[in-house]
Amino acid sequence: MTAAELIAVAAFKSGVFSQAFPAFGVERRGAPVQAFVRFSDEKVRLRSQVYEPDYVIVQDSSLIKDVDVFSGLKKGGIIIINTSGEISGNIPDGVRYIPIDATRLALEILGVPITNTTLMGAFAAASGEISLDALEEAVRERFSGSLADKNVAASRAAYEMVKGGV
Amino acid sequence: MKAILEGSHAIAEAVRLAKPEVISAYPITPQTHIVERLAEMVANGELESEYICVESEFSALSAALGASCAGSRVYSATSSQGLLFMAEVCFNVAGMRQPIVMSIANRAVSAPLSIWNDQQDSIALRDAGWIQLYAEDVQESFDLHLLAYRACEDHRVLLPAFVCFDGFIISHTYEPVDIPEEKEVQAYLPPYNPLNKLDADDPLSMGMYATPDYYMEFRYEMDRAMDRSLAVLKEAGKEFKKIFGRDYSELIESYKLEDAEVAIVALGSICGTIKDAVDEMRAEGKKVGLLKIRALRPFPAEDIKKALSGIKKVGIFEKNISIGSRMKGAVGYEVKDAINDSSVQVLSYVAGLGGRDIRIRDIKKITEEIEKGKGDCFYGIREELI
Repeated sequence: MTAAELIAVAAFKSGVFSQAFPAFGVERRGAPVQAFVRFSDEKVRLRSQVYEPDYVIVQDSSLIKDVDVFSGLKKGGIIIINTSGEISGNIPDGVRYIPIDATRLALEILGVPITNTTLMGAFAAASGEISLDALEEAVRERFSGSLADKNVAASRAAYEMVKGGV
Repeated sequence: MKAILEGSHAIAEAVRLAKPEVISAYPITPQTHIVERLAEMVANGELESEYICVESEFSALSAALGASCAGSRVYSATSSQGLLFMAEVCFNVAGMRQPIVMSIANRAVSAPLSIWNDQQDSIALRDAGWIQLYAEDVQESFDLHLLAYRACEDHRVLLPAFVCFDGFIISHTYEPVDIPEEKEVQAYLPPYNPLNKLDADDPLSMGMYATPDYYMEFRYEMDRAMDRSLAVLKEAGKEFKKIFGRDYSELIESYKLEDAEVAIVALGSICGTIKDAVDEMRAEGKKVGLLKIRALRPFPAEDIKKALSGIKKVGIFEKNISIGSRMKGAVGYEVKDAINDSSVQVLSYVAGLGGRDIRIRDIKKITEEIEKGKGDCFYGIREELI
């Protein structure tokens, strides 16, 4: 949910209307959870979950065997998966697949395997929907002090990595 | 100031600006983030208020009631089982005419246990004597808290209010919200001026025993106050527009009803999805519109009749079930009674219970059912599970 919140905040800071919300399974940290983000030039009124995303971000590639993460992904869409190697499952035609070892990056930079800000950097680079500056602003609003600095660094590292072609 | 906030945190901001002297609440999903944030505000000095930690919802509202009787502006919040546990006290708060404002993050009721959204909890307390307002989005949820305090504390009303918003769908959604300046809120909502209060130097009793010679008149007065609240809420809405710019001068909102042949009636966040569905159906040539009901109590029957006049097919989207009733949904009966015209088809559709997601295509299917004249039923039952 933190990742979705950060995208929504960054999009808002870029001047568009955004909406982010979770779909909880069970209420505990670490349980699989889906979160959705919409942004638009107009007020977002629609409240249903997102069934045909333009972008999919998978924070834990082990979920792929249980969940059809590609479901509904539009042609020309982008899927970013946090993975250290090959993923099980076939990438559908016409979508751009961006694997990134966000856990390793997060461990290196943050010292903990929490990948929200790293994947947000990757998303900013891959989608072009939010600027790195807006993302940094959102991260600094969410975190403070050295934690904010580290998370900004993690975002930037992932951004550069994706820009450079992973 | 425009900000992007989680619904719960935006509501906590509204409460902070309303300056309740006492907050008494017990956490329950999906309301928890509101009271957590308020506890934080009290702890770090952003809000000067007495935050009473209690061991249950029953105590939460009981303590709130006592504080209100002592003349304080009081706030509470709950959901689902929490509200049901408060039920007895809810009737007391209204009967003792205390203008407490309580947030309801609408959630399904047990059993089976569900943390997800429908509106069964507040609708189950329909007859408790509380004003019931329903918000479509985060901004409206914010605004209705301020409006509720103003209307409830008006001496023509003196009744409590639920400000209802859909659990998770609103409470856990981040979206942009306009947070007004403190001085604007102060101009709109002056400190509470109780008509009567508990005072050791001028003693009086509240919530007394009433024999058969007296009881009915108390209920009669409550009902009259609720009737008067229709005009007071509208006045509060007009004043709101003058200060904050957003219009709540009506307790209903019509969306593309002018030339509509089919109307969908709904409460809460689903209205947003229905508006998008209406736009799509309009583009396909269907003359359909939405009537959003902002107040279930008081029920704005005359306004609903007027807004729906000339429309021959009306369907009510119900996130509640009145088990054993013919129409199935509780709101449909009141809409049907408001229209009071046997040539108009009025049908209920129970949908989205326990958090089942409702998409634009579902609204389109329900519209087709309204056109066919089939209703007073559940929508979206998974036959394979029956």
